[in-house]
Amino acid sequence: MLVRVNVNGAWHESDVWGGSSLLYLLREHLSLPGSKNACEQGECGSCSVWFDGDLVCSCLVLAAQSNGREVRTVEGLSDTDGPPHPVQRAFVDAGAVQCGFCTPGLIVAVVDLLDRVPDPDEATIREALSGNLCRCTGYAKIVDAVRLAAGGDR
Amino acid sequence: MKADRPEALPICGGTDVLVELNFDRQRPAALLDVSRLDELRGIERDDGRITLGAGVSYTRIMRELPDQIALVQASRTVGSPQIRNRGTVGGNLGTASPAGDALPVLAAYDAEVLIVGARGRRSLPWHEFHLGVKRTALEPDELILATRWTSPRGPGSFSKIGTRNAMVISMAGLCLQLDEDGREIRVALGSVAPTVIRAPEAEVFAGEAIARVGAWDDAAAALETEDLDGFADRVAAASRPIDDVRGTAAYRRHACRVLARRALTWALADRREAA
Amino acid sequence: MSSRPDLLERTRGGVGESILRIDGVPKTQGRFAYGSDLWAEGMLWGDTLRSTHPHALIRGIKIAEAVASPGVHAVLLADDVPGRRTCGLEFSDTPVLAWDRVRYVGEPVAIVAAETPELARRAAGRIQVDYEPLDAVLDMEAALAGDAPRIHDHGNVLRHVKVVHGDPDAGAEVWVEGYWETGMQDQAPLGPEAGLAIPGDDGGVDLYVSTQWLHVDRQQIAPCLGLDEDRVRITLAGVGGAFGAREDVHMQIHACMLALHTGRPVKMSYGREESFFGHVHRHPARMWIRTGATRDGLLVVWRERLVVDGGAYASSSSAVIGNASTFATGPYRVPNVLVEGTAVYTNNPPCGAMRGFGAVQACFAHEGQMDRLAAALEMDPVEVRLRNVLELGDAMPTGQVLRGSAPTRRILERIGALPAPDDPAPVHRDSVLRPGGANNVTRGEGLVRGVGVAFGFKNIGFSEGFDDSSEARIRLERGPTGPVAEVHTAACEVGQGLTTIVTQIARTELGVDEVVIAPIDTSIGSAGSTSASRQTYMTGGAVQLACRTVAEEVFRRATAAGMSLGDSPELAAGWIVVDGAPVIELAELLGEPVDETRVHHHRPTTPLGPDGQGEPHVQLAFGAERAVVEVDEELGLVRVVQIDAVQDVGKALNPRSIEGQIEGGTAQGLGLALMEELQIDEGRIRNPSFTDYLIPTILDMPTVTSELIEEPDPDSPYGVKGVGELPTLVSTPAIAAALRDATGRALNRVPVRPDDLVGLAGPVPAGDPPPSPDVPGPMAIPHYAKGGDDPG
Repeated sequence: MLVRVNVNGAWHESDVWGGSSLLYLLREHLSLPGSKNACEQGECGSCSVWFDGDLVCSCLVLAAQSNGREVRTVEGLSDTDGPPHPVQRAFVDAGAVQCGFCTPGLIVAVVDLLDRVPDPDEATIREALSGNLCRCTGYAKIVDAVRLAAGGDR
Repeated sequence: MKADRPEALPICGGTDVLVELNFDRQRPAALLDVSRLDELRGIERDDGRITLGAGVSYTRIMRELPDQIALVQASRTVGSPQIRNRGTVGGNLGTASPAGDALPVLAAYDAEVLIVGARGRRSLPWHEFHLGVKRTALEPDELILATRWTSPRGPGSFSKIGTRNAMVISMAGLCLQLDEDGREIRVALGSVAPTVIRAPEAEVFAGEAIARVGAWDDAAAALETEDLDGFADRVAAASRPIDDVRGTAAYRRHACRVLARRALTWALADRREAA
Repeated sequence: MSSRPDLLERTRGGVGESILRIDGVPKTQGRFAYGSDLWAEGMLWGDTLRSTHPHALIRGIKIAEAVASPGVHAVLLADDVPGRRTCGLEFSDTPVLAWDRVRYVGEPVAIVAAETPELARRAAGRIQVDYEPLDAVLDMEAALAGDAPRIHDHGNVLRHVKVVHGDPDAGAEVWVEGYWETGMQDQAPLGPEAGLAIPGDDGGVDLYVSTQWLHVDRQQIAPCLGLDEDRVRITLAGVGGAFGAREDVHMQIHACMLALHTGRPVKMSYGREESFFGHVHRHPARMWIRTGATRDGLLVVWRERLVVDGGAYASSSSAVIGNASTFATGPYRVPNVLVEGTAVYTNNPPCGAMRGFGAVQACFAHEGQMDRLAAALEMDPVEVRLRNVLELGDAMPTGQVLRGSAPTRRILERIGALPAPDDPAPVHRDSVLRPGGANNVTRGEGLVRGVGVAFGFKNIGFSEGFDDSSEARIRLERGPTGPVAEVHTAACEVGQGLTTIVTQIARTELGVDEVVIAPIDTSIGSAGSTSASRQTYMTGGAVQLACRTVAEEVFRRATAAGMSLGDSPELAAGWIVVDGAPVIELAELLGEPVDETRVHHHRPTTPLGPDGQGEPHVQLAFGAERAVVEVDEELGLVRVVQIDAVQDVGKALNPRSIEGQIEGGTAQGLGLALMEELQIDEGRIRNPSFTDYLIPTILDMPTVTSELIEEPDPDSPYGVKGVGELPTLVSTPAIAAALRDATGRALNRVPVRPDDLVGLAGPVPAGDPPPSPDVPGPMAIPHYAKGGDDPG
């Protein structure tokens, strides 16, 4: 079926199998592999994107449901040849990236958090990121990165 | 539309349906996307009666129904922020898992489920809607429209048990709601029976104990330890848990007892403080 | 090998600095390509059909319907394997595709290539396999019974190790018994098994894959494809974590077979559920220990029987039981020892490498045992350890003497000196920071705290005579803005930060700012495995060696050009420096590039003799952690409040990277302590998903502080010691000890469940340990069996 979706500001039309997720559409049809497929059941957050402005797991959105909608992915936060987004910069500077598979989903979740709560305390940070699993870092430097990004935003 | 394609599986937030698709567990002949139906996305308050559209996300519930404390607490425990932005009470009802986090709250609120089909609208009390594990009273041509309850006056809470501090399917869930107007305690349990259940003997016991010490009229009057224990024991006795991959029956029953005692203690303490 | 302090000071971004990851920015932008992100024109998707029986004969397989399915280009069975039909890390015992028999639920039986993943799945679902179930062996002790069904011709024992030291029958004043169990943990790396195989014009194949050791993969892939190794070209694709899960082959041979058969590129990427079936897990272990000591707390005797469940195929279980047995008595002096460790086959899912590799299980047991001893003697747990701690010059029960660097006493003293953590009342904390997190189970009632300590040690590098060398090639040439060094190795970066470390080494050794990392592939020799915490030591050492050879060539060129370099010229900031003064710019000598390849070997080790005697380990590293936990006593729910780590790192080449390893390794140990277990029922994994295989979230992990002890190892490059596995070893027993302290429960199994903490379940009862099997010697049994390879 044909699905027309606005991704990172540009409209795209794709012919997808009806049971495909938005994640599959982004990765396999639109060549946007930044959102990751670590679990495909909404348990890890590695596929986090904005769907009509809301932070969601794209593996749990039917591609067809995105017809006529606006989607923003991690790729939309910085240009290929441009500087990284301040949150991306903070993650690198804080040492919060190891294998990096969880990182795009976390970047999106953190940008979402800081848009809503510019100066979150530790409990707020942890609750906001409780839907993003990381297997490498133990989260310590991820919390540092959020604080770094929040401080820098001012 | 549902009547034309009765085999179509309704999908709204997708947080249950997409898992079934991604994991190749279900291949429904068709999917019916109800996520944009305005009729499902409203919240109405009408003289103490609340109608919550089946398509309202948990995030919106937390934001737009802040005084429904038990429901807000339950919403906060659902999945993750990403899931809460998509998951709905309609989904909890439609999936009909006894572990659905909102379901004990609907039971403690004595909510009814509003249904629409080719033959028109009807409503069912919560306990007549859920028939068993993953089974509801919905006919093939019907969709869940909303749930409706009378906003209870009095404190309430929702608690759930999981072996991880976030993003966990409930091993046992408990909602307690105190109703000043009806002078009753309502307590509902999730994940410890094929459907969500109430604990009627415990409710009667607690109501009578509160009456006996005069606490309905005087919020400062305290229950005895034996009353709290008696209530907790009866709640545990109402549970019918099984051993499964998430936990043992013995622990679930034990957890119900502990949560029941705490929830009643909190409700009475909150009342005392409000007074 | 010595370090060069002057150069270290003068070179920016070199050894010793916490420089930023060189691959960090693309990873944050979603522009770093993992195996699951790869794409090629004309690509097909592969899928695997797996056994649904733990033990069964295959009577027949019908593929006609699958072949006729829409979009299908190939359906392949065991008969289609072009070459050798088995593979395996230590023994070639694992069928590429099962032909007459399956030995575990999940064993691959057939593979399909189709236009889309969905079409491939549908086709695989149409393959009909006629199974005749056999009696299955589902328990590790049952595997040792005389009448147990034989999983392999040579019986159900893979290896039995005996370590004997002194007089195991010696008497003691105080005796402590303990029985300890660890459950089956999964590595659960976030990146799925994935790769892309592209058929080559020469009849060979180019494989891009997320893996841990390119060359051991190739050693298995090539013979199965019936190809010479030089026609199997492997390039590392981005890896989303490994932790041992990628040490055995997963989709490599399958994708190559489908690519060669169809003539099209074939991509395979497992979903999370399939991933649980597609890789090995951590061995469940049972350990029976009897420890004798003097009344003053000095260890006299340690008798231990341990069994690990290796599952259906050998994988690396032989080395795991070697480790578990040689580390069984802990980093302590014990004059009289008898340890008997057995790795058995069962029809449970195969187990193999996972971060810690046998030492995790051993550490949980020996630390629990030491705490029991401390309690019996009414002695402080740290004090009891200090009285017995191994130090330089002491011998382990294998006879191996601690050499080089062993700051064991210092680590224990530091852990003992940690200040008590803050204890703000629950009402002053946000509710999500109580046990139960956001689930609203307590307002502060029922909360108690506990503190526990654990100490452990781990081998760095491969053991028992294995020469796991690493090769590195350095090319130094003129670039547009100055000299550029290219580093080429086959060492797999899996997230630990190796490519950043080798960049730092090249900068320090060559005094060059610009370093590029060449694609990690098989066009160069083996770097050995990314495991055993060995890459900084071994590949770092190879890069250092190759850089020094390059430097020697540069100095030779300078001398040949008439320069006088004195006794010890150095390279710094793009110049040759003599006695502190720059004498010639590097770029002037690079009219021709300098290109050197070197191989780094560690010192030889020995296999274990019949009584477990020998010098099996290259390097030993030590670490300790203290855990503070808060337990809801009535509900048995836990929040770990704080963890403090003290670790022996030799020389910190990148301190922040090391902290990252400690924090991440601790998280995996916390998972084993509190929530991670693959539950096996009748050989089936009941929880193959992130819904029910729970790994720690950000609300489960505490603050972790790391103190890095640097006592350089004189034998290693820069004095480094491997770091990745130690925190995973010690965090689990530290948390278990803290839980015992908080609740008074005698917890003898991990993961600890709420039932255990509230007293609904008691400690797992010991039973009698199984008798030791009769074996021809200390090596793995297939060594002694006729033919060795193809099982019947």
